[in-house]
Amino acid sequence: MKLEVLPAVTLASMIAARELTSREATEYFLSRIRRLDTNVGAFISVDEEAALRRADEVDARLVAGEFSNSPLAGVPIAIKDILCMTGSATTCASRMLEDFRPPYTATAVQKLLDAGMVPLGKTNLDEFAMGGSTESSALRRTCNPWDPERTPGGSSGGAAAALSAGLTPLAIGTDTGGSVRQPAAFCGTLGLKPTYGRVSRYGLIAFASSLDQVGPLAHHVQDLAACLNLIAGHDRLDSTSLDVPVPDYASELAQPLAGLRVGLIREQIDNDSIDAAIRDATLRCQQTLSGLGAELIDVHLPHTQYSVPTYYLIAPSEASGNLERYDGVHYGKRSYGDAGSPSPLEAMIARSRSEGFGPEVKRRIMLGTFALSAGYYDAYYKKALQVRRLIANDYQQAFTQVDVLLGPVTPTPAFKLGEKSGDPVQMYLEDLFTVGANLAGIPGLSVPAGCNAQGLPLAVQFQAPALAEAKLLNVAHQLQQAEFFKPALAPSFAH
Amino acid sequence: MSEKPYKIVIGLEVHVQLATTTKLFCGCSTEFGAPPNTQVCPVCLGLPGALPVMNSRAVELAIRTGLALDCKIADVTKWDRKNYFYPDLPKGYQISQFDQPICGEGHLDFPNPDSPSEKLRVRLIRAHLEEDAGKSMHDEAAAKADSRIDLNRTGTPLLEIVSYPDINSPAAAKAYLTELRLLLTYMGVSDCNMQEGSLRADANVNLHLEQNGQTIATPIVEVKNLNSFRAVERALVYESQRQYDQWLKTQQTINDAPKQTRGWDDAAGVTVPQREKEDSADYRYFPDPDLIPLHVTTDQLDQQRQQMGELPAALREQLENVHGLKPYDADVIVSQGRGVVEFFQAVVAAGASAKRVSSWIQQDVLRTLNERGWTMAEFPLNPQQLSGLLQSIDASQIDNSRGRDVFQYWIDHPTMDLDQVKSALGIESIDQSAMEALCQELLAEHPKIVAQVLEGNQKGLGSLIGAAKAKNPNADHKLVRELCLQLIQKGL
Amino acid sequence: MKLTTDDVKKVAELAKLEFTAQELERFTDQLGRIVELVEQLGEVDTTGVEPMAHPLDVHTALRDDQLRTGLTHQAALANSPKHDGEFFLVPPVLTR
Ligand SMILES: [Mg+2]
Ligand SMILES: [Zn+2]
Repeated sequence: MKLEVLPAVTLASMIAARELTSREATEYFLSRIRRLDTNVGAFISVDEEAALRRADEVDARLVAGEFSNSPLAGVPIAIKDILCMTGSATTCASRMLEDFRPPYTATAVQKLLDAGMVPLGKTNLDEFAMGGSTESSALRRTCNPWDPERTPGGSSGGAAAALSAGLTPLAIGTDTGGSVRQPAAFCGTLGLKPTYGRVSRYGLIAFASSLDQVGPLAHHVQDLAACLNLIAGHDRLDSTSLDVPVPDYASELAQPLAGLRVGLIREQIDNDSIDAAIRDATLRCQQTLSGLGAELIDVHLPHTQYSVPTYYLIAPSEASGNLERYDGVHYGKRSYGDAGSPSPLEAMIARSRSEGFGPEVKRRIMLGTFALSAGYYDAYYKKALQVRRLIANDYQQAFTQVDVLLGPVTPTPAFKLGEKSGDPVQMYLEDLFTVGANLAGIPGLSVPAGCNAQGLPLAVQFQAPALAEAKLLNVAHQLQQAEFFKPALAPSFAH
Repeated sequence: MSEKPYKIVIGLEVHVQLATTTKLFCGCSTEFGAPPNTQVCPVCLGLPGALPVMNSRAVELAIRTGLALDCKIADVTKWDRKNYFYPDLPKGYQISQFDQPICGEGHLDFPNPDSPSEKLRVRLIRAHLEEDAGKSMHDEAAAKADSRIDLNRTGTPLLEIVSYPDINSPAAAKAYLTELRLLLTYMGVSDCNMQEGSLRADANVNLHLEQNGQTIATPIVEVKNLNSFRAVERALVYESQRQYDQWLKTQQTINDAPKQTRGWDDAAGVTVPQREKEDSADYRYFPDPDLIPLHVTTDQLDQQRQQMGELPAALREQLENVHGLKPYDADVIVSQGRGVVEFFQAVVAAGASAKRVSSWIQQDVLRTLNERGWTMAEFPLNPQQLSGLLQSIDASQIDNSRGRDVFQYWIDHPTMDLDQVKSALGIESIDQSAMEALCQELLAEHPKIVAQVLEGNQKGLGSLIGAAKAKNPNADHKLVRELCLQLIQKGL
Repeated sequence: MKLTTDDVKKVAELAKLEFTAQELERFTDQLGRIVELVEQLGEVDTTGVEPMAHPLDVHTALRDDQLRTGLTHQAALANSPKHDGEFFLVPPVLTR
């Protein structure tokens, strides 16, 4: 049986019914990883032994009657290597943390473990999640399973690639400016960035703390809903996690869309930078929604064009602070400075950081340090925080008229590896449609929308008010039911 | 006080460790003295992915302090990161408060050390919460050896109380700190133990000189490493003289030199220049995105007002105005802490005269506590017991020196009552006629003294009292003196 | 503003990063272009707009002052590049 095409929730019910064991499912995906990941490069580390041990344990506990309320017990999952997990290294795809073995597990991962899920391994990403192509990973090169010459997107490129190559039935990523949604779009999977605070950030190695959020990637909307149900909720270890009840996301998927008000973000759909096939995809999506009884309304987010500059001040500023802890003292890479330097300590710190971080990370640290430095704070950092509020206000205004917003995820489908890595500004402009949700703290969902003429995946994005993930999942599920998209592996991995 | 040719201007920054069980942002213990790196967790080690969560107790204690210092308490307060690299600062930034401190402007009044019945006032700029750094230790003898880092202290909650430069003498600086410490310990906000680093002071000092009718200010120096109140006073005396000498030599004013940092070398008795922390001017403060702002509610304020209890200034006033003590005596008692004040009040309430209680507490009780290493709570006699003894003295039933014998014996036999102690010591009250007989006997034995007294010289009466005590140890010396005088004057 | 290599050098010192002369030049160029991009914000009128440091308007998250088990001594030091079993070790903090 081809397990990689089945929804994760189906795998779980088979496991619960003992038609399949967790060990069999785990072995199945491990063997696919063993065979196929050399062509993809999705994983930074795979601990087969630990995964199988874990699967056996879950099998035993299932037999003992545990996990009866868990919709994903026994199902394997891939974890982005920026979420801490005991027992293995958590590298952030950086030389700095290559050997870092966290003595604790991220809350989101712990919740997956508590629900009986089985981590297969840790997936590749842009170094410290800084990038949109996974090319800034210092440890591994990941390619797009749909076209090995192209990027899987990023920063959760390993997660999306693993999913679309059928190496895992589910994946967990993180999204700071589109890092779940954009790779999902490039690899033809679903990717959800929840509301800021919906999922605990404890154990998520920070890139930009006011923007980072953990989110699932999957082929099937039910899987996304089930997974979000597991990881969402308040965590007393994270002051910014929201203390509000978590709805049963699965139960709201079947709601009909009649009367749903869908806002078309004119500034995005009509944007000059947007690829024709992607514009067509949003049009097709409008037609399908219309057919399902939804009402389509034009809306405006007038500050859209400022979202990238705003993001590229706030995120690097926070990052420059978050990455100050990597000084070679308590953990991480240490390199000593030249002999005879006036302060061996400071030389050690500077050398460790200079050798431990790659160019993109350094660029962002430099940019953030600059934006926060004396004399520039008001003109750059504070100004960005003010525009951030205007951007959030735009959304708030739009949501007085509509229930969800429809627009593109990216201007183009997956670009070629190396195509933009020489020009940071070009790379940053790719984030035009995704960073808004992070700045405003609202949820966003990338939904597959077929392929372009070259067979590359296309996608559309839905955004909703804070905590309205259920609405996003509902819309996506109805689109899946209406066959607006069909869950699909990359063709060369589908046979 | 000798007149100096300058005015010294001092502002103090005091870091107080708040009396919490756990650190500011994690559940690690703040207890002093544990083996290195044993009170740490992912949060205070600054491990990647770990997040801070604010300790509610620290917030409460900060509010309580702010209220006691008449500070404006912020409606909304937030946390900021102060960025700098140092190995005892594992995150590379200190979580502190930049532009919205929990406590705004306030002031502290305290007795003027030169004139205890007067008060001095120091205005406060702010008081804010922040986390402490760890400890880095370096063996001076082995310059090339590695430094050792202990992070037990990292994340310990501190309240930084910053004063205006309202202090104009080293003695006043010491008095301000003394009052601040007293206030904080009264409220249970901090143990203020300087040896353990629970209270640390840095002083900003410069001089104002009058020249050609203009006031000239010398460059500001921040003096660090002030590890005792004595050190504060000595360092400021030294530093002000140093600045004056420097001024005579260089004529440098505040406009000619940036603020410098000097450390106090207690052994050498001098301040020495400290290396400026590199990039010290640019901490790149920004709001900590991991911590959300805090709304201070009126409920919280009311609650902390209730927890505050009566404060030293109010108690001093009460002791002076209600109990008639002199400012000096009131201050001594209040300075001993809340336990001693309450004991004083209870002994007085049980009927003894306030002045006698004051003098007995200041001498006998405090000496005993000191000798035995007791706290006030451990003192074995209850207020009623001590009051009973002092009332007997007030009523001349026991004289003061026999009273001391009773006191000494009683603290080791606190289950006895006063009569039992008296009889154990053979103390009996002697009735009036027996006393008169005793005195007559004495006068008959000492005709010379009688003659002297009749000539107006009463010196010899003292030896009569001694002789009376030899005949009967329970003889009250006051009574002996009175009776003898009466008998002599009656011509008997 | 136009970034100079001197500006970039100063920022690198603050950020504790070392660059070769060549890297410095490349970074100055790249950062210069990024700064140009972010300076578009100058066009936006933000008079009276309150800065938004947190995405959600939530206040006050406190924990009780209760002990929580931390890390063992071994676990605390386990990731350290250099330690003596008791302390983290670093090159001397004092400069002579
Ligand atoms: Mg401070
Ligand atoms: Zn801790």
